Amino acid sequence: MKLALFGGLYSNYLALEVAIADAQQRNVDAMYCLGDLGAFGPYPDRVFPLLRQHEIICVQGNYDDSIGNELNDCQCGYTDPDDNHFAQVSYDYTLQNTCADNKAWLRGLPKELGLTVDGLRLLLCHGSPRRTNEFLWQSTTSTAFLNRLADERSADLIIGTHTGIHWQRELRDLRRYVNVGVLGRPENDGSTNVWYTVLRTGSDADSDALPCTANGGAIPVSVDFVPVAYDYELLANEMRREKLPDEFIQTVMTGWWTTCLEILPSRERRVGKF
Amino acid sequence: MSNPEVMDTPRIELTSLDELWFQVAGTICNLTCRHCFISCSPNNHSFEFLSFEQVETALLESVEQGVREYYFTGGEPFLNRNLVPMLKRTLDFGPATVLTNGTVLKPEWLSELRAAEEQSGFSLEFRVSVDGPAAEINDPIRGDGTFERAIKGVALLCEHDFLPIITMTQTWDDSRNAEILQQFRDVLRQLGCHRPRLKILPRLKIGAEENRMEGYAETERITHQMMEGFDRNQLLCHHSRVITNRGVYVCPILLEASDGKMGDTLAESLHPFPLNYGACYTCYQFGAICTNTTLRPRESD
Repeated sequence: MKLALFGGLYSNYLALEVAIADAQQRNVDAMYCLGDLGAFGPYPDRVFPLLRQHEIICVQGNYDDSIGNELNDCQCGYTDPDDNHFAQVSYDYTLQNTCADNKAWLRGLPKELGLTVDGLRLLLCHGSPRRTNEFLWQSTTSTAFLNRLADERSADLIIGTHTGIHWQRELRDLRRYVNVGVLGRPENDGSTNVWYTVLRTGSDADSDALPCTANGGAIPVSVDFVPVAYDYELLANEMRREKLPDEFIQTVMTGWWTTCLEILPSRERRVGKF
Repeated sequence: MSNPEVMDTPRIELTSLDELWFQVAGTICNLTCRHCFISCSPNNHSFEFLSFEQVETALLESVEQGVREYYFTGGEPFLNRNLVPMLKRTLDFGPATVLTNGTVLKPEWLSELRAAEEQSGFSLEFRVSVDGPAAEINDPIRGDGTFERAIKGVALLCEHDFLPIITMTQTWDDSRNAEILQQFRDVLRQLGCHRPRLKILPRLKIGAEENRMEGYAETERITHQMMEGFDRNQLLCHHSRVITNRGVYVCPILLEASDGKMGDTLAESLHPFPLNYGACYTCYQFGAICTNTTLRPRESD
């Protein structure tokens, strides 16, 4: 099986269009989105028709829960005053520009999805299997902790997003954790492209792929992190038109994160510019 | 600190041991801060240094519990001459954070630790206690000359490409917070630290601080009603335990509490704890302030 896994969209419908076309070209069997459809970008309603038209199955992120239920903030848990300021600008804009039908749709999304693919038990979530808004950064998440999550949820593969940076790790007993990255904004690496992930299992995996556990068996699994080049200049222009903060536009144009940096552990922050 | 034996106190269960703390320097510190919640000093031997073997034994036991990250505190952790090898060993298991006063750091230790961090793939964070952006604010609390010494430590950490988190215990009015933060950002920029990470922490009105200012009022306690609908993850004891030379304790704040000791091993120490103390009230109000709290956002559902 081949699955396309999209992380946070952050209203970046332009990147979503390119990613969908890329996934179709790879003949994926199904497409999933792991939540946080809005935030950061312009015209939040524009991602919804794409998701529906292409039958992309969605998990609810913390942003979706907030927008859907019209809460006061995005539940990202920032504590720095500057981070909270920019998060609120983004949230207020998204809340104001998401129509009632789409809010209702966000409200109804599941918080997680369990799939069985080629005998492998996949758990699709937003932050972590235990909490929608939990950040699982590569540098601050021990393998013992991920093993515990996989044990508790009887999962062979745990698949999430939320941090904005893709990574994966092999766990005990041939299990795996995969963070699929996000389509919403670049990865704080100075490149303008964004990322999604293709998961290939069984006969669709590479011949030398590492196996993953399946009820005592071992199914080959390939994880492809796919860079997505899209028209970021158009996105930036639209953000300007919508009077979104220059700091957000700078991120789209340069690939460096400029706001909400306090949540980054030192290791992830060190590689960025700010 | 005696147990106030409050009737019908809410108890909190530990559902997930996410953070393991090491009271690695006991209550021994080169400074004698006037607000220290466990009254650390050069002569306070209530708790002694941990050995490398004690830390390693706990690390191995922690894997079974699925611990996510590790914290090292004291006293001043760097007074323990085994701290560097302990941290290097810890980075084999997961991310580590050291709570230090920054006054005794040596370049050779930081070079070794920076290389170990790079090799491990996990983060090594430093939380440096400096109680304000100027000696006039910091030194009356932490001792003469400590601001300058701590700031040199911060600069040394930045030179080694660490990104220290400065933690300030708030001894000023709330209205000054923005000004204090900006002033500290300016100080750090002048030192060449261009990615300031600053946190203002509330005072914990126990230990030396109880004598300096005032203790908790009897009404400053967590009640059952307060726990209704409350996200228990905000309380450190819901997801942490502390290894000391005298056994496993509930949290790094309540070392002197009569019922703070939970057991001799981690496995014995996972039972619920009664939220009897004024310090529990501060943890309730502000969240688990001792940890890198941004890694633990409030529950969304």
